[in-house]
Amino acid sequence: MTPELTLITAILLPLTGAAAIAVASRFGDNIREATTLVIAAALAINVWQLIPLVMAGDRYDIILTEILPGLHLALHLEPLGMMFAALASGLWIVNSIYSIGYMRGNNESHQTRFYICFALSIAATMGIAFSANLFTLFLFYEALTLSTYPLVSHKGDVDTVRSARVYLGILLSTSIGLLLPAIIWTYFLAGHVDFVLGGILEGVVDGPQVGLLLALFVFGIGKAAVMPVHRWLPAAMVAPTPVSALLHAVAVVKAGVFTLTKVITYIFGIDFLFGEASSGWLMYVTSFTILTASIVALRQQNLKRMLAYSTISQLSYVVMAAAILKPLAEVGATVHMVSHAFGKITLFFAAGAIYVAAHKTEIPQLKGIGRQMPWTMAAFTIGALSMIGVPPTGGFVSKWYILAGAFQAGNLIAIVTIIVSTALNAAYFLPIIYMAWFMEPESSEKAHGEAPVTMVIALTFTAALVLLFFLFNAPVVELERQIVEQP
Amino acid sequence: MTFNEHLPALQVIVPLLSAPIVILLTPRGLAWAAAAASTLFSLFIAIALAMTTVTGTALTYDLGGWEAPYGITLSIDAFSSLLLLIVTGAGAVAIIAGKASIDVQIETHRQPLFYSAWLLALAGLIGMVISADAFNIFVFMEISSLASYILIAGGPDRRALPATFKYLITGTIGATFYLIGVGLIYMLTGTLNLADMEARISEVTSLNPLLAAAGFITIGLALKAAVFPLHVWLPNAYTHAPHMVTAFLAACGTKVAIYVLLRFNFFVFQANLPEHAVQFAFFLMPLALLGTVIASAVAMFEGHLKRLLAFSSVAQMGYVLIGASLLNASGLMASVIHLFNHAMAKAALFLAVASLAIRFRDLRVDELAGAARTMPWTCAAFVVGGLSLVGIPGTAGFISKWLLILSVMDHGHFGILLVAIIVLTSLMAVYYVWRVVEKLYFAAPRLSNVRVNEAPLTLLVATWIVALGNVAFGLYPELPLTLASHAAETLMEHPR
Repeated sequence: MTPELTLITAILLPLTGAAAIAVASRFGDNIREATTLVIAAALAINVWQLIPLVMAGDRYDIILTEILPGLHLALHLEPLGMMFAALASGLWIVNSIYSIGYMRGNNESHQTRFYICFALSIAATMGIAFSANLFTLFLFYEALTLSTYPLVSHKGDVDTVRSARVYLGILLSTSIGLLLPAIIWTYFLAGHVDFVLGGILEGVVDGPQVGLLLALFVFGIGKAAVMPVHRWLPAAMVAPTPVSALLHAVAVVKAGVFTLTKVITYIFGIDFLFGEASSGWLMYVTSFTILTASIVALRQQNLKRMLAYSTISQLSYVVMAAAILKPLAEVGATVHMVSHAFGKITLFFAAGAIYVAAHKTEIPQLKGIGRQMPWTMAAFTIGALSMIGVPPTGGFVSKWYILAGAFQAGNLIAIVTIIVSTALNAAYFLPIIYMAWFMEPESSEKAHGEAPVTMVIALTFTAALVLLFFLFNAPVVELERQIVEQP
Repeated sequence: MTFNEHLPALQVIVPLLSAPIVILLTPRGLAWAAAAASTLFSLFIAIALAMTTVTGTALTYDLGGWEAPYGITLSIDAFSSLLLLIVTGAGAVAIIAGKASIDVQIETHRQPLFYSAWLLALAGLIGMVISADAFNIFVFMEISSLASYILIAGGPDRRALPATFKYLITGTIGATFYLIGVGLIYMLTGTLNLADMEARISEVTSLNPLLAAAGFITIGLALKAAVFPLHVWLPNAYTHAPHMVTAFLAACGTKVAIYVLLRFNFFVFQANLPEHAVQFAFFLMPLALLGTVIASAVAMFEGHLKRLLAFSSVAQMGYVLIGASLLNASGLMASVIHLFNHAMAKAALFLAVASLAIRFRDLRVDELAGAARTMPWTCAAFVVGGLSLVGIPGTAGFISKWLLILSVMDHGHFGILLVAIIVLTSLMAVYYVWRVVEKLYFAAPRLSNVRVNEAPLTLLVATWIVALGNVAFGLYPELPLTLASHAAETLMEHPR
């Protein structure tokens, strides 16, 4: 199969997979779940076989159709997208294994719809990763929003639907209200919206307009959850935990920061943006988001809500790293996308396991739970340490690069923000770890043991990834270097 | 002369002549078959004509060999071709697919008369598009109007009668205004042929009657086109008409009036009336903006699905007028292609509504709760149509929104305001489409409605053809785009 065909297959596979899951559901639940797993594995193989090609420096293009002059429906294989696609497709397998345990352990309804929409949203994610231009990206971006709505509103009761509407309302209105005008403006200025290394806007726009256009992009890409466009993320926590885990820790939010990183590196261009004073506000906004979200997380009693605010804060790390506009920080942004994905999916998996096994959702209820669920809480601990940035976890590596980039740029705001937020992260994660391992459980506790075995396997695996990423992060760093260190 | 050369004439003659024949075909189903065949034939002619005009050539046809300006001339260029595709396409899809719906709503013994009126409406609309003669446009306008009064009032819904009456009064006023305007011009120039009029009008020295004529014609046609605030007849007429009539007329009815409006203003007045361009823009732009905003707002809170879509139509016609009142080629192109794309979107939506109406007696949005469980295909088609209406990439609606915003951006600070309004109204469209989609998909069905099933297959297939057409023209917009750009060129060429 040619690489071009592989790109198309990456989108079509989960898409047809969704149909296959619908058909398979007629033959019983086991067949349906087996179909999901087979498709997830096939997708991962399909996507991962491209990695060596990208590492070798090859790039592939495929134009599906030209809609208007300079406006194509086209796919392009490049390092950043490769990394995102490999991440999402790989974690889909783990997540599917976990989902099976969660959905059955919880006796959830509408399980077929769940797996179908999940496959659809993975297809949209692949499309985002491989988009060759803003237009194609926008198309899949909206598809991702729409295909995740049924997942978020899964429970279907009044509160859930209200929260899901917040989710949909914010994401749709920011994308149509701000992102689309930004794209059209870009097209108006540059005559096309293709992702070109080094940017396409240099020389066609300058002064305050650059800052304004950047603002349209930053707040239009609501999935990046830069404050004040963050409210959808806590709202989306009404979703079943596997959805929170893959979509709201990996695919959806990562699609946001991925898009933003691509816009900064491929539409504006790092050097161009660095020279424009009017883009400086982004540093303040992300710094504000990181600190405020951490403080809000500190005050949360609900475990998933706390994780949601932690995600908001961590996402702005990526955006801030990209906004430092120095090569090392750009590497840090990409590495942080991966390390945060591993860490956060582990944390959500653990939260879901606790919910299924012990029906607990609030942080104060977690006293002494480590004795009953040692595997789960060990994984949770590893994930939390990665969020704080303690070695030997992946989170340490990314913070290292971001800090190095900040020093390279002499960016004091970034340095201070990272240091303060590290302290805040420790302040809201360490008490939970302490509580879980060292405090006595309530006397009325019943013994419940670990969650279903598929869930434990999944979360142990992702916890191992967090640790392994500390040692084996070279491929990701190498991929990103290809972008930032080209002449 | 070969057969091909007579295509322009056949385009209008076939439906016109088959209208009386259809009345005689009383056996069940025969009238439908004849009407469908005749409509389909018109569609084929329209496609054949589009194949010629897409290259940029214009066709003229002198009826009976009488040359212009003495005889009646038909003229077909890219702009008229696009409109012909809309009119005949909407007519054909609605009548072929809609048999099941029409059978439910129209008693068998009245069906031949109904189909006859349908063909007359079609012939009238086609005639308005291809006539190169101001008076013939009036004649065809009357034919189509009278026929559509019959169609709208023809359903089982008694509320259609007052709605039709309102439409009849406003429609007649509109036609009269138009006729007064044409009469004034005839007094000044002594001709009714549009091309001839354009040539002779430059010699007219007294401007007052000419200004009055321009005013009468523009307002008369704006009434017909339901330009805000002259739209009050439209929502009720669309709501209470038989569902297939709504699908047909919503896709093309007002658009033909806008077409004539643009033709008249750009061909006849633009070059010859000093300051006309400014007056035209200053008259239409505020109405267009108010129309899109207010009608969208009304649609957001409208409880009846058909009324909701009707108000959305008024709002969408506002986009067309925004593009036109920019008075440049890119704006006109956006406006012309939006005529086509909006027709596609609304046809898909109203066909889906017709399918829903077969199973649900009440079309209030609340009553349709959970319809997607029992009618998944219909509801999915509704979603596609809705996406196109909103202007999501990959659908036809996106192309026109994109072009419209792009051309608006050329206008500096005022352009930014326009972009803001277009974006705002798009968000309103998201809201009112989503409100319906959410009810269809995520609400629990009413107990009385749990036993309904999917719409008849023919209707479903047609709905999906149009829905997929929205996607196809969103990804491969070349044909309408070429036609629209030729249309914009011809419109802009005239003001020298």
